[in-house]
Amino acid sequence: MKWSDTLAFAVLTLGAVAMMGPFVWMLSTSLKPMAEQFDMALIPHSPTLQNYPQLFQIMPFHLLLWNSLKLAMLSVVGQLLTCSMAAFIFAVVRFPFRNALFILLLVTLMVPAQITVIPQFIIFKWLGLYGTQAPLYLPSFLGGAFGTFLMRQYFLTIPIELAEAARIDGASLSRIFFTIYLPLSKPALAAFAIFSFLFSWNDLFSALIYLPSDMEKTTLTVGLALFQSQYSGQWTLMMAAALLSVAPIIVMFLAAQRHFIQGIAMSGFR
Amino acid sequence: MERWWVLAFLAPTLVGLLLGTFGSIFATVGISFTDWDLLTPAKFAGVSNYVGLPSDRLFMKSLWNTLAFSGLYVPFTVALSLLVAMGLNRDIPGISLFRTAYFLPTVSSPTAVGLLWTWIYAEDHGALNAMITAVGGDPVSWLGPKVALYSIVIVNVWGAIGGGMIIFLAGLQAIPKEYYEVARIDGASVWQRLAYVTIPALAPSIFFQTVLTTINAFQAFDYIYILTRIGNGNSTMPTLVFSIYRSGFRFFRMGDATAQAVVLTGIILALTLVYFRLQKRWGEQA
Repeated sequence: MKWSDTLAFAVLTLGAVAMMGPFVWMLSTSLKPMAEQFDMALIPHSPTLQNYPQLFQIMPFHLLLWNSLKLAMLSVVGQLLTCSMAAFIFAVVRFPFRNALFILLLVTLMVPAQITVIPQFIIFKWLGLYGTQAPLYLPSFLGGAFGTFLMRQYFLTIPIELAEAARIDGASLSRIFFTIYLPLSKPALAAFAIFSFLFSWNDLFSALIYLPSDMEKTTLTVGLALFQSQYSGQWTLMMAAALLSVAPIIVMFLAAQRHFIQGIAMSGFR
Repeated sequence: MERWWVLAFLAPTLVGLLLGTFGSIFATVGISFTDWDLLTPAKFAGVSNYVGLPSDRLFMKSLWNTLAFSGLYVPFTVALSLLVAMGLNRDIPGISLFRTAYFLPTVSSPTAVGLLWTWIYAEDHGALNAMITAVGGDPVSWLGPKVALYSIVIVNVWGAIGGGMIIFLAGLQAIPKEYYEVARIDGASVWQRLAYVTIPALAPSIFFQTVLTTINAFQAFDYIYILTRIGNGNSTMPTLVFSIYRSGFRFFRMGDATAQAVVLTGIILALTLVYFRLQKRWGEQA
């Protein structure tokens, strides 16, 4: 190794410790008995798993996990379906105002959520859906700029001759979409699915607005915030709760890292 | 026949655009000229919601906090993620482990990780203060009004480095190796290679990453909610989004909240335009 590589290695190691340290601390604290919580030792003197079952006793933690999982999966289905449908049309069909419409869609990437959230809240309230989970997954079924852009970029790499040949043979657009484009786009779909899942799983703002206090219906994020105010100072329990809500994402990330990084690179933001 | 398929496939997106985005923007602007608590009918209020903002102490504090936060967060996030990407773009052992380590904070829920940071920062028995008192220092109120800005910037930068790093890494790997070889043969130093090869080749990534980071900065919420909220919907370091959340969804002052949302969007829009102008001018000179 050259000296500059050695230096980079040393600096990167220091940085990695700073990035990972908090997670290690989280794990270590969640394994300590309450009496040891202010002990700064990294390895617990008498390690215990008791915080985890206790968590499920003092709050409906299993419901929070289930709600977040359910909402994230619904979001993935909605986003994958509606974004790739629109992306397919943008990539394959020529129609009037196609480019103008696509640019209009891309412009919404820069529109902050805060400028649309209040009317959306009022609409859901009028529809009688306030206090239900619907506002947290229904919008996923209305497409979106990011996913449509991502999928369109991928669809453009599929030779258009495939679609043209199928059309000459009389295949409908929906048939071309479902039997040619979707099966050929598994890597892009996988990457986008992970993005949508993450986005929904980690979302705090919408859940806070639509389900601020109902522990039976709300998400893990709001549950954690409520837990934070109710059990302040009980750090061992709180770290167990935090760990359980990041663990699924970390496992998913480690398992699908390749898709994930490809997905970001694919998005063309470079 | 085909026309119907096109319409059907685009329908969700069109509804989303029409209702979810552009319709809602118009509605937001409309509501900002009213007083409305969603219980009694909305009353037309003219521009009073806007005129009232400068004398609203909480709003002004949020505005200042947001500007100060963004002013620190954007340069640090972009610079550090660029540095990490350049460090990782070489042949050193364990590169994928490093990449994972730097990326994990980006994918983890800010709510969950925020809980951990509340403890690191806690005034009594917090991890940071425990270290400080162990060496004889005085405990610091990390999340109190004086220092909260910096503590919050650190957490947010920590959580954002990974995302930028991946984008820059993709950009770095797209630079042809020959460029560096030619530069080396010509006797260019490390710094010259950085200034004349790496940075110009990465300029588009740096530009987009700066725009995106700025947009994110003005919308920072999760860590701020978890780390700085105190009783009655307040915060030791409220930002604009926190203030919108507070006015709209804690006190249901919809006119007030929408006016703040319009101001926030105006700032983001103005900054984006400035960036694009600068990029154009910069591009012409190059």
